[in-house]
Amino acid sequence: MNNITIQNLYKDGYYGQFGGAYIPELLHSNIEELKQNYLDIIDSDEFQKEFKSLLKDYVGRPTPLYFAKRLSQQYNTNIFLKREDLNHTGAHKINNTIGQILVAKHLGKSRIIAETGAGQHGVATATVCALMNLECIIYMGEIDIARQAPNVAKMKMLGATVVPATSGSKTLKDATNEAIRDWINHPENTYYIIGSVVGPDPYPDMVARFQSIISIEMESQLLEKTNRNYPDHIIACVGGGSNAAGAFYQFIGNEKVTLHVAEASGKGIESGETAATGAIGTLGVIHGSRTLLMQDENGQIIEPYSISAGLDYPGIGPLHAELICSKRATLHSISDDEALISALNITKKEGIIPALESSHALAVLNKTTFSPSENVVINLSGRGDKDMATYLNQFNLI
Amino acid sequence: MIDNNLTRVLVRDKKFLSIYVTAGYPKLNDTAHIVKQLASKQVDFIELGMPFSDPMADGPVIQETSSVAINNGMTLSLYFEQVEEIRSKSSIPLVFMGYYNQIICYGIEKFYQKCEECGIDGLIIPDLPMTEYENEHQILQEKYNLSMTFLITPQTSNERLQKIDKLTTGFIYVVSSNSITGSTKNSSNQTIDYLKRIGQTVTKSQKIVGFGIHDHETFSNALAHNDGAIIGSAFLKSLNSDNLETDINNFINSLKQTS
Repeated sequence: MNNITIQNLYKDGYYGQFGGAYIPELLHSNIEELKQNYLDIIDSDEFQKEFKSLLKDYVGRPTPLYFAKRLSQQYNTNIFLKREDLNHTGAHKINNTIGQILVAKHLGKSRIIAETGAGQHGVATATVCALMNLECIIYMGEIDIARQAPNVAKMKMLGATVVPATSGSKTLKDATNEAIRDWINHPENTYYIIGSVVGPDPYPDMVARFQSIISIEMESQLLEKTNRNYPDHIIACVGGGSNAAGAFYQFIGNEKVTLHVAEASGKGIESGETAATGAIGTLGVIHGSRTLLMQDENGQIIEPYSISAGLDYPGIGPLHAELICSKRATLHSISDDEALISALNITKKEGIIPALESSHALAVLNKTTFSPSENVVINLSGRGDKDMATYLNQFNLI
Repeated sequence: MIDNNLTRVLVRDKKFLSIYVTAGYPKLNDTAHIVKQLASKQVDFIELGMPFSDPMADGPVIQETSSVAINNGMTLSLYFEQVEEIRSKSSIPLVFMGYYNQIICYGIEKFYQKCEECGIDGLIIPDLPMTEYENEHQILQEKYNLSMTFLITPQTSNERLQKIDKLTTGFIYVVSSNSITGSTKNSSNQTIDYLKRIGQTVTKSQKIVGFGIHDHETFSNALAHNDGAIIGSAFLKSLNSDNLETDINNFINSLKQTS
């Protein structure tokens, strides 16, 4: 069935024309070391044993594939939710940080750095650093630190040092720049855990491999529930695109599966306050990767906007750029308001408070009609705990 | 054979001093004035930085000056106008330093063509991969008579050093320690070993050291082991009064004399 895979798409560090490693010489040795070793490390029995054991006993995998009965009735189709929100730390992010911290250990690194926007990847990184007893430094935009106080507190409690990024727009993009600079300054002992399928090769491929557990589990769960190991549709939200990469991974070569990318259009694609990179992005280079990105006519990178801090990234993972441009994936632009409506709806219908990011995927149900016989999987990438302040505000709950 | 202001200066038997200038900083139209003043102080060539929103190989000072310049309204089109203005008065070699995204956005061949037309001599594009240079850019740079500079670091292997030496048509930018621009680390035995290794491996190209040079002592150390020095962050920081001319004179004098 799935004899074509993502690996046919990924060649010499590129997905079609997207990907590569556009890095200064100062990062060459770090990236080369990773590139030469990551596949051997990941494929080793020792790594696989430890990775699988931690995902099972520490993260709580497999996550359920839940048939959402009332949601299915509402939309007159068969809707399954892949419950990544039930993972330890509340989102899919930890699948990747567990994988990368084990790679870092195999490479003999003693110091871990990461960037974070809303703080989810920062918390997931600080968590695995505590677990492995490794020094952890998290770069976070000064503005994000102010608006994501609970996650900052978690990172600190977990023992991480949170360094404010004070340059540029003081958000995720700038935190990433600062993390890259730290890596340049500490090439020997430091490992950089990137939080999404972005950055220079081999990060997009490595992160996608760690997140592929999502679709690997889906196959057997679908077989059990639907007598077929693939769905008709998979819907996932995309900022950088790691949860979508994981949810699509096993099905990219299966043309019977329609892949839906939900990106954040913020206040609207044309509003100037958007993160809809797939819709309005153009070819360029951001954070070491050739991909679609939001830039002005002079090639300066534009600061994105979305109500969801996890989706406001001005680029998009090179895999997704290729899936969108080759029309393998269907692109949906979801506004702040559409995401909020869907968040409230699933909360009332299923008793699940979703993350704002995942609510963008849920909103695709209002954009596309699925037939009563079709099976639709929505990757519920994270839970809504971190977004309660926004929900309280938006839904007048106080 | 590439023959321009830069290649003609680099064959001279001397130690070179190069200064990095952020185009459009501190004021949008200061660029030509600053370069002219530096030329009058016997600076051998200029690295003229095109400000980018996300300069990942640069430190906080260059990022900050870049932000100021972008807010001043600096664009690549204006950059070329300023280069023409400099060229109308001076033959000081000008090396474009900028990030690949802006070149892709402008159009690759159009960019190189414009560089030659306006009077750019050399190029530093820190995030352009070597293989992409060989496949696509080398031939265009030769066509438009532009010299390419690559960076090397203490982590660069000997094999890679040899390849870089072969591909270089400008000079080799020696990163003095593994630090982003603007850091200040002292030279150590490790650094000396690194410089020795470069000396033995790089046989063709001139070696100009950059990163971390900020005063007379660091400047003299850099010159002792290399063919020249590039100063960026420390120079930009010195532009802190209303009188650019005085700032520039004071800075260059402080490098050349023990304080």
